[in-house]
Amino acid sequence: MRAYIITGLLTVIVCLVYSCQSDEQIEYMRYYTAGQDIYKTKCQNCHGAQGEGLAALIPPLTDTIYLKANGNKLACYVQNGLRLPILVKGKAFNGQMPPAGLSPIEIAQVLTYVKNSFGNNMGLYNVQQTNKDLGNCK
Amino acid sequence: MKFIILSAFSVLLWSSCSFNDKSNSVLPIYGSREPVTKTVNGKQVTDTVYQTIPNFEFVNQYGKTINRKSLDGSIYVADFFFTSCPSICPIMHRNMLKVYGTFKNSGNVKIISHSIDPSHDSVPILKSYADKLGVTGNNWWFLQGKKEATYKLAESYLVAVQEDPKAAGGFVHAGYFILIDKQKRIRGTYDGTKPEEVDKLIADVKILQNEPANMIAQ
Repeated sequence: MRAYIITGLLTVIVCLVYSCQSDEQIEYMRYYTAGQDIYKTKCQNCHGAQGEGLAALIPPLTDTIYLKANGNKLACYVQNGLRLPILVKGKAFNGQMPPAGLSPIEIAQVLTYVKNSFGNNMGLYNVQQTNKDLGNCK
Repeated sequence: MKFIILSAFSVLLWSSCSFNDKSNSVLPIYGSREPVTKTVNGKQVTDTVYQTIPNFEFVNQYGKTINRKSLDGSIYVADFFFTSCPSICPIMHRNMLKVYGTFKNSGNVKIISHSIDPSHDSVPILKSYADKLGVTGNNWWFLQGKKEATYKLAESYLVAVQEDPKAAGGFVHAGYFILIDKQKRIRGTYDGTKPEEVDKLIADVKILQNEPANMIAQ
């Protein structure tokens, strides 16, 4: 009998913990899947299905250190395009990226996808953070 | 009874396989064709004349003049692009790099990429584009010349190219790779944005490499 009660209690606790996590998890998954679709239509032609970029013409999205160090500038790059030379994986890239033509929520979604694909694992990048970062664009 | 059905089925399978094999081993010839009747040794002979790529004259990434003759004896793949293209060109050239890598050392296969935006794509810009792609030597040429001449030539490759201020980057063009044989006839067109079609192109180039020089394909 006691064993049943303990098992039941444990199950309830596990369920509780799981459901608490899943709220955040569900939001993350929503961003991630929406971002994946946006990536395919807006980014993949240049940056590649594996985020591999293209030789020395288009930077890869696999440089976690770069993405972390420039995490709060990425939204601006996506919104406004990029003309400055950047250093990714030790290589200089000086081409131009055109503006992607995305809304802040779409930018948040696609960056959540990029920041958690291709070997990156940086978690959710939500629309509040995106709006804050967009406010600081130069 | 079961055995008969099974053997009949396997014979069918076998014959369908060999049929496929046969049809794959010769590539079709595209474009218009016309019969030409001429008199040889007093006898009337009818021959088929196939559409070929007309003469052209452009400058490559090294500043060297390239014309139809420069490609004599080569199987080649042609495409149309521009270096500032934001839409399909990167994926086309990501795929073309695979073709380049496969035939870099085979000698008789070339790639020519015509810029459809020659006012921006000067020789130095094409050179720097080639360098950044990692393209060296004379297997892959990036050509530029008069815009009208390039657009007219595109028609011979059955590719549509045009300027359109509304399109991303200012031009619309189809991302086709066109396979040309040593007789300068069109032998295949492939969607350069699709990796599986580019694999087919690579296989077809190998078929052409093994084609006897005087073969008349139907």
